[in-house]
Amino acid sequence: MLTRTVAEPLEEFVRTDGPRPTTPRLSARGSYRIAPYVAPRRLLRRLAALIEGRGWLRRLFVSAERGSKWALYGCRMCGQCALPATGYACPMTCPKQLRNGPCGGVGAGGECEVYPDRPCVWVTAARRAQATGHTADLDRLQRPIDHRLWDSSSWLGYWQGRDADLWTAPAPQRPQLVLLPVLSSPGQAHD
Amino acid sequence: MTEGLRATLSAHRFAVTAEVGLPHGADPDGLTARVTALKGWVDAVNIIDNASAKVAVSSLAGAVIALRAGVEPVMQLTCRDRNRIALQSDLLGAATLGIPNVLLLTGDHPRFGDHPQAKAVFDLDSIQLTWLARTMRDDGRLLSGRRLDPPPRFLVGAVENPFAPPIDLRAARLAKKVAAGAEFVQTQLIFDVPTFERFLRDVRDLGVADRVAILAGVGPVRSLRALEFLQRSVPGVHIPDEIAKRLRGVTPERVAEEGVRQCIETIDALAGLPGVAGIHLMAFGFERGIPELIQRSAAGALRSTPSSERGGDGAH
Repeated sequence: MLTRTVAEPLEEFVRTDGPRPTTPRLSARGSYRIAPYVAPRRLLRRLAALIEGRGWLRRLFVSAERGSKWALYGCRMCGQCALPATGYACPMTCPKQLRNGPCGGVGAGGECEVYPDRPCVWVTAARRAQATGHTADLDRLQRPIDHRLWDSSSWLGYWQGRDADLWTAPAPQRPQLVLLPVLSSPGQAHD
Repeated sequence: MTEGLRATLSAHRFAVTAEVGLPHGADPDGLTARVTALKGWVDAVNIIDNASAKVAVSSLAGAVIALRAGVEPVMQLTCRDRNRIALQSDLLGAATLGIPNVLLLTGDHPRFGDHPQAKAVFDLDSIQLTWLARTMRDDGRLLSGRRLDPPPRFLVGAVENPFAPPIDLRAARLAKKVAAGAEFVQTQLIFDVPTFERFLRDVRDLGVADRVAILAGVGPVRSLRALEFLQRSVPGVHIPDEIAKRLRGVTPERVAEEGVRQCIETIDALAGLPGVAGIHLMAFGFERGIPELIQRSAAGALRSTPSSERGGDGAH
């Protein structure tokens, strides 16, 4: 017998650590207001290099990032933060972890198809982006993420310019997907 | 036999594609019979990739069976079950086997299927997969940067649901898929034509209407059970109350014909809309009725293929 014969678990007893759409606790307006203070600059780049160089300090920093972003956005620590381009609603809380917009299964009331008691995080993202004049951000093509970076700090990468190619400018024509070392054009994102 | 989807779309002729169900057992004959019955009637048949996250014969195998039967397949490929290695491998495999069209989707969540315990992969999303397929074809490269020699030549398709919130941004999402490289798009089932017209207008306003062929999704609701199933269990399908009322308003034995009539009326309405390149028929096990749906609707008249060629070998 390959299949275990267990009773179908009741939905409310199913424990899952999988992603669930999360409505941010911090408003979009507030998030965009904070953004300039944590934008990359020389001081932060040096600080990031310093933190990365010391194991205990890096671990402390990562837990602080995890705790604060979890509390505010339901962050799952993919290590490649998409928040600045998604109305500060985390697409990694989507059960399908879609980085480029909502799937076709969103309910008529905007609810997630997998967790119908929660609003689709992309509906939340769209509403937040529209309310703050950032709708064009949703047209950016988000590149596939690097799964080796889970549980690492997105901020340290951001300050050191490592995630500059996470997404493209809103483009009507197909932008370059494959960024070979020679073709890489940093500075395209986070404009 | 029609000339295939690419030729029909590039000649701006009215295109018809249809979805066929795949077997749940290891039997090729049923599928061969189903696609053969559509030969000459459609430009291509969609070979579904484990629809509703329920295990069936793989779409790659199904597409090859269609090719062998002399019917052009559109091979569906979802992000649900494969990481980027498997996706690229399947795309390369499809190209190597001469499959001329691929349709790239996110896929239904395993939660809805027959293996809700399964690990959901979703390494890429549908837009990234579309982007990747065009990169493989046009830039001749894998995601790793490695060169493909020769590169695949398939036509790249995607899907869109004009009826799922955020409705005001669905056209923009289609534009994003077109930017990523989608050349044709098949829509979710259309029951609400005015909402679809608004979607088409938004698509035109965004300036992508002439860069993508939109195939409008249609299908007959032939029983009240099917109606309830579509309303409750298929994510993203929205059936307006007046259509539900219409189907409930007839005697039980007339529901099937009423559903077919409603579908034909929808095709007639859609065929006249600017920006509709054709239709995509989803008949849920009623594939044998597809020729009738085409014949009785505006799609039949719009098809330029002579009728002698069309009906000729459809019987065996």
